[in-house]
Amino acid sequence: MSDATTALFATPLNIQHRALGALMAPFGGWDMPIQYEGIIAEHRWCREQAALFDICHMGEFQFKGDIVAAGLEDLFTFSITAIPVGRSKYGFLLNEQGGIIDDLIVFRMAEDEVMIVVNAATAPNDCKVIQSRLKGGQFTDITAATAKLDLQGPKSREVLVDLLGGWVAEIPYFKFVQQTVLGVPAIVSRTGYTGELGYEIFLPADKVGELWEKLLADERVKPAGLGARDVLRLEVGYSLYGSDIDEATTPLEADLAAFVKLDKQFVGKEALLKQQEQPLKRVKVAFKVTSRRTPRHGFGIFDGEKQIGEVTSGVFSPMLGCGIGLGYVEPGYAPLGTSLTIKQDRAAMEAEVCTVPFFTEGSVRG
Amino acid sequence: MSEIYFTKEHEWVKVSGTSAVCGISDHAAHELGDITFVELPAVGKQVKQFEVLAAIESVKAASDIYAPVSGKVVKVNSELEDAPEKVNESAEEAAWMVELELADAGELAALMTKVQYDEYLKSL
Repeated sequence: MSDATTALFATPLNIQHRALGALMAPFGGWDMPIQYEGIIAEHRWCREQAALFDICHMGEFQFKGDIVAAGLEDLFTFSITAIPVGRSKYGFLLNEQGGIIDDLIVFRMAEDEVMIVVNAATAPNDCKVIQSRLKGGQFTDITAATAKLDLQGPKSREVLVDLLGGWVAEIPYFKFVQQTVLGVPAIVSRTGYTGELGYEIFLPADKVGELWEKLLADERVKPAGLGARDVLRLEVGYSLYGSDIDEATTPLEADLAAFVKLDKQFVGKEALLKQQEQPLKRVKVAFKVTSRRTPRHGFGIFDGEKQIGEVTSGVFSPMLGCGIGLGYVEPGYAPLGTSLTIKQDRAAMEAEVCTVPFFTEGSVRG
Repeated sequence: MSEIYFTKEHEWVKVSGTSAVCGISDHAAHELGDITFVELPAVGKQVKQFEVLAAIESVKAASDIYAPVSGKVVKVNSELEDAPEKVNESAEEAAWMVELELADAGELAALMTKVQYDEYLKSL
């Protein structure tokens, strides 16, 4: 226990979290705040006001050079050269078998420069894989020097306009700008994972404490931990790497084919084409529980007494007032409206296959 | 005049004559975090001391609630089914869960008094 604790990385805001009385826990190798005031209160604050998240644990890589000649264009399931400068795109890094090594976002900084944002736990391996596949260019792991704060919620725009300037209001959905923030170069991106209007801000690690304090000084802003973040992302149906998707899962099984362009080259493409020729053995579905019970990662999914799948993510949704989740089932059980029984020990609940997002009333495009 | 007793599993029971009203302690509610679901037993059910009486779920975990004493379920606080967050607000008062008809007052000897429970919490 003590060994595991000492081996954890700390974000530049670790002292601030502890001063706020946060409940801390290991996540992806980092010592992270799970909650401050309480998961449901923080969730509600994000849906109604503006919630501030320390996301410094996520990995960032910088690439400079010829994207096509260096082979970067062939690395991910989407085309980087097709992303206009100032925009970002979500997709996957796959292994030869089509399994998901990571889900990530690529920011097109310039014609010959991108920033790749990856999950915390997978960052060291991603770095190795990407480097081994590149044939040129300059690839740098900038995780330690780069801090990331996310401000998500319907009030996030007005908060940032008041603190940083009117230019924030001009950023359209899924675009970002490179701007000076608190005297240092930063990236402000209108992206998020909560279904609410929101921004992700990248800036030098030694300035993040100042931005954190300035944002929290605004009464419309409260800190939120990874607990609330998990509820928020699941309410909009987003998959979490390590829970819902992993190296043994392909984007086709995960119902994420929309982020895969099969008309371009990438590692894992042959495996996906082959998988397409046959019926899938299992497929990801979203489901709503018919009560307030919570399905949890690892619970079995049953048709009567026969197990037909497993839950990979589940929470109680405060917005829907019922349990919601994601899981994998045999494809025959994937059609919308299919009844599922979810069981673990004494807990049993009925659920029904549904569409995502579960929660559709967010301010994301507002 | 009622007496309150606690179990090591953090249930409480207030005994007044043969009425034994049960719930979970403030400490347990705090440890569970936001409570999202409470499953109560059917009225008329007979339970034995330390057997499963009810179930509770929070954003963090699911737990069983054990009967502090044996008896017959005479009343349940069904308000908690639609408003389980009341357990976070008032675990040892308004958010009582089950009223049992006390079968054997001798069983109380196996429980802790308030003072003993507070000492027990310090030892955890």
